[in-house]
Amino acid sequence: MATIDVPEQVSVLADAEALRKACKGWGTDEKAIISVLGHRNAVQRKQIRLAYEDLYQEDLIKRLESELSGDFEKAVYRWVLDPADRDAVLANVAIKKLSPDHHVIVEISCTRSPEELLAVRRAYQARYKHSLEEDVAAHTKGDTRKLLVSLVSAFRYDGEEINTRVANSEAKILHEAVKDKEFNHEEIIRILSTRSKMQLMATFNRYRDDHGTTITKNLEGDSGDEFLKTLRATIRCLNDPKKYFEKVLRNSIRRVGTDEDALTRVIVTRAEKDLKDIKELYYKRNSVSLDQAVAKDTSGDYKALLLTLLGKED
Amino acid sequence: MALPVDIEALDKAFSGIGVDEKSLISILTNSNEEHKISLRKGSSKLFIEDENGFERWDQSSIKILKHQFNRFRDAVVLSLLHPWERDARLIEKAIRKGPKHYNVIVEVACTRSSDQLLGARKAYHSLFHHSIEEHLTHIKGRERKLLVALVSAYRYEGTGVNEDVAKSEAQILYEAINNGDKNKLLDHEDAIMILATRSKQHLQALYRHYSQSYGKTLAQDLEGEGILKDTVECLCTPQTYFTRVLEAAVKEDADEESKRALTRVIVTQKEQLVQEGFVPNKIQDILLGLYKDFLLASIASGDIK
Repeated sequence: MATIDVPEQVSVLADAEALRKACKGWGTDEKAIISVLGHRNAVQRKQIRLAYEDLYQEDLIKRLESELSGDFEKAVYRWVLDPADRDAVLANVAIKKLSPDHHVIVEISCTRSPEELLAVRRAYQARYKHSLEEDVAAHTKGDTRKLLVSLVSAFRYDGEEINTRVANSEAKILHEAVKDKEFNHEEIIRILSTRSKMQLMATFNRYRDDHGTTITKNLEGDSGDEFLKTLRATIRCLNDPKKYFEKVLRNSIRRVGTDEDALTRVIVTRAEKDLKDIKELYYKRNSVSLDQAVAKDTSGDYKALLLTLLGKED
Repeated sequence: MALPVDIEALDKAFSGIGVDEKSLISILTNSNEEHKISLRKGSSKLFIEDENGFERWDQSSIKILKHQFNRFRDAVVLSLLHPWERDARLIEKAIRKGPKHYNVIVEVACTRSSDQLLGARKAYHSLFHHSIEEHLTHIKGRERKLLVALVSAYRYEGTGVNEDVAKSEAQILYEAINNGDKNKLLDHEDAIMILATRSKQHLQALYRHYSQSYGKTLAQDLEGEGILKDTVECLCTPQTYFTRVLEAAVKEDADEESKRALTRVIVTQKEQLVQEGFVPNKIQDILLGLYKDFLLASIASGDIK
């Protein structure tokens, strides 16, 4: 369930005017920006941008970029974009890092629906004049590259059907591939990147039933092994995305200081999806609410925006 | 807009009673895609609205056609089906029939636009309740990796090629072909990545650099390499590929499969064929009856946009 709190009646014209007022003149009224944008869903935000462009002949996003700064600016920028465009930006940022953030690519390709992933690929092309898969291929190598390219290229069947025979045989294949650390990467990649999500969950369950332990536990190991790390992230995202995101949040908050990138990314991308459920998981796991943890570890306008997206009342 | 009389003629054609072939041919070959869409939408007996955004053929109607028309049927069905469904069915059939037919998979994956290929993938979900990639799992041979990569592509279609990268990737392919084990080409990760992810513009630039740098074309160097050669041709020089397929189809000793290729290529490529000037004379000489009328009319109408 989503966490953002959207009012019943919304006037995008009034919103555009309010944002204009917040940006004109000396300084910027960040609270006003948060109080408008932090309470609008993706469709409304898009309409506001169009209205703003109509009224003032300038791109709202460019205006915000020039007025704001730091983590707050990054968060606002990501929040205001269309979800598909946002994912394209996140993917590009992850790819272009000196040491690419493979797990971000995994997140985007494995936790979005097949149609959403197609939209991301389109948005990526429009922005960067390359296909997502060619950029991933150009910036990664070895088995990690094979896995990531396959994941971003997948267009999984979206249905509920499960073939138990296949679940059985592929659980076996995965087990063979995983035990003794003799990874048959080809088969693992094939199964993980082509099967429907329902089918995969059946396979993972079968694995757990047959071997008394989850496949991710069997993959624990050398944290220096990039392929293994990426593989674990893949299976976690496919099997239980909410649990995966809870862990990302937990790790990002615990670090010395906070990994703002991860924190922003998860909150911004899940606020309209399942952040409520993730919050519940977080509380169960950490005995403190996510709101409290975020409030303790962040500050200023950045904090105010995050808390608004988390559903805090103004 | 499709006239009610057209739709009625269509319904009648497939009702099993008898058919006015001439008007059927005329309707089909004179229809552009927009007209066909409204034909399909109007024929509720024959087509159903699919949730993935196209009009899907009703299974039981196909059986009726089988009785009536045979080869003409192939041409009619291929021509009438929504391109997405048509391509999805072509791929599914090719997977089922085995290695000699994999070139059809390459053909569809590499000669359609990025959005058409996406559409075919969606239609495949609707028709077969699996993704193409999943069904390709059934292929045990070494072609599988390449085929999966090709059908999964969503290539950038804009202009703008980095010539340096194209040149260096031409070198990668050259080395893969000439220095490595030719038998292992289908396993060469970099080669597959290049062929499966780069835009067609980029690959065409790569093709030029290859010829300039090495004195022979990439296709020549892949002579005998089956679907690898087909892949390169379909992406870089499609008219060469289609001409080859058509010539094989009209040879005297052509087998059944090759003959079917004639229908497939003419129906799916008719606009391009008109431009390339494929000679209808060959067809006139060897084909017969309704089938001939239909193909000739298709080519003739290829200039109608």
